[in-house]
Amino acid sequence: MNNMSHQFPALIIAVPLLASLLTVPLGALNRRFCHPWLVFVTGFILCLSLGVAAHTITSGPMAYNMGGWEPPWGIAYRIDQLNALMLVLISGTALLGALYSGPSFAKELPGRQTYASALYLLMITSLLGIVITGDLFNIFVFLEISSLSAYGLIASGSPEAPFATFRYIIMGTIGASCYLLGVGYLYISTGSLNLADLSGLLPQLYHSRVVLTAGALMLVGLSLKMALFPLHAWLPEAYYTAPSTVSAVVASLYTKVAGYLMIRIIYNLFDSHFFVNIFPITTILSWAAVVALLIGSIYAIAQKDLKKMLCYSVIAQVGYIVLGIALVNKAGYSSAILTIVSEVCTKSCIFLATGAIIYRLGNSRIDNLQHLFRRMPYTMLAFTIGAFSMVGIPPTSGFFSKIYLLFACLEAGNWVFIFALLGSTILNVIYFFRVIKVACFEEPQPDYQRREAYPAVAVEEVPAAMLIPILLAATSIIAAGLGSHWIVNNFVQPLLKVVF
Amino acid sequence: MLDFIIGKFNFWFYVILMAVGLFAMLAKRNLVKKLIGMNIFQTAIILFYVSIGVKKGNVHVPIIVGGHGHEGELIQAADYLNPLPHVLMLTAIVVSIATTGVALAIIIMIYRRYNTLNEDEIIEIRQKQLEAEV
Repeated sequence: MNNMSHQFPALIIAVPLLASLLTVPLGALNRRFCHPWLVFVTGFILCLSLGVAAHTITSGPMAYNMGGWEPPWGIAYRIDQLNALMLVLISGTALLGALYSGPSFAKELPGRQTYASALYLLMITSLLGIVITGDLFNIFVFLEISSLSAYGLIASGSPEAPFATFRYIIMGTIGASCYLLGVGYLYISTGSLNLADLSGLLPQLYHSRVVLTAGALMLVGLSLKMALFPLHAWLPEAYYTAPSTVSAVVASLYTKVAGYLMIRIIYNLFDSHFFVNIFPITTILSWAAVVALLIGSIYAIAQKDLKKMLCYSVIAQVGYIVLGIALVNKAGYSSAILTIVSEVCTKSCIFLATGAIIYRLGNSRIDNLQHLFRRMPYTMLAFTIGAFSMVGIPPTSGFFSKIYLLFACLEAGNWVFIFALLGSTILNVIYFFRVIKVACFEEPQPDYQRREAYPAVAVEEVPAAMLIPILLAATSIIAAGLGSHWIVNNFVQPLLKVVF
Repeated sequence: MLDFIIGKFNFWFYVILMAVGLFAMLAKRNLVKKLIGMNIFQTAIILFYVSIGVKKGNVHVPIIVGGHGHEGELIQAADYLNPLPHVLMLTAIVVSIATTGVALAIIIMIYRRYNTLNEDEIIEIRQKQLEAEV
């Protein structure tokens, strides 16, 4: 490995942060520079992330000490297979969103592209920061930057957005504060903030009430951030009112990054035996997750609007991730990681396709979607692949993550979970096939005055800059499905050896 | 019992402040009051962090005479207050100010749209709009 690639972890944060600041003068020069600039920067980060991921596959985890300060004093970046996987997912979604943002921002945020682009890069920086850093306080700072940039971007959406954002601010701040308090408790009892250092210090303190409280506070804080039932109420309205690009990126990344943090806290900061033997909070989490995946799906069926339906399905999907984490067995751990991968691909595909529908039709009411397969064939093809993945039809990635989760439930021997899983799959079928039925089989109201039973429908696809990311996301769903064995072998297996 | 309360008064103080903040966020109907509650909540945690750096007895502020790495002078960590929580809280204060700024800007947007900051009235207006659409 040459000298330059040792600096990749620092560059992954530094490049988008500086680029975010540079966007403002660049956009002041000419607003049209923003779109190519976003694509260029996110493409560059994707290359860096792929380089880091390749390094972790071939020669194991890599470490980087910010400013040359040794851990546990300085901020250490430690990148193992899980970090590398998350980095690739985040920068890949960032690139898709950046491609998409050109026509989408121009239509939804006319005149405001510059600041939206700057905030977009800041959001990507902070998400990358959360997954790359190994310092608990640093995670808090990046968590708050990510929330702040999301508040700004979401509030710039529809006229209803500011009120939904205000609720998100209140809930998000309570969540972050709970997390910060938990970190403080850990700091009192150990004097350290470094994740790797703490995981060595904590086992002697497992019966201390301060440490138990710290674990509970951090998990509650993260549950708020990831909208786990019953802390989900802020999510649908906020994601629904956001601009299309923003809701696609936020819906596919935010809850999953919080899920990543939950994996880190349960399996790396503490260890899995702690949660099984001493502090069975995972039992509560798993029941909350089961309720979440049923309630989310039932709410989704009740919606009359496609985008709102998808926002509720985000809540259901959080249930799948948390259930996998909270079962605390090998299959559950693998399923949590595979669900994160599959969800990032699927949610970005489906939300981007929905954004394209809104771009053409002006809204996303389900009874407005007739004939869409003929009007926007490629978009709807991608949407259908995404819907198949949500339901779990092979060879899409959703199938493989669900199979692992099913194995995990069997291993745990809990039949209620298995029936809930199958039940929520049936609910998924109902709400997605309702959309596909309207878009594929239903005819619009016959035009009696012109005596034409079936008015001719012309193909009206969205601009190529929007269509390409949609199709790429759809391809990634199939690729993640067919490559799930490769992902398990190269990313999940080495992690399993460490945590179990 | 009294010892328990007085000996750990800093913790009691921050717990009470946190409860006040949480109450304001949940129970107050005015959005600005909710925001103030959020600020109290954050400040409680900042005070908690700052208070844990304190040590009793003959301790100094962490200004080390002779400078960093000065030869022939050993430094006992026990003689100094712990500066790390304060440094962390500088960052947390910046975060909290940024959140307040964004929230105030959003409150202005809400006021321009609904002409009120009362949550119940806003929800009522939104309900009427939804019915009008259907």
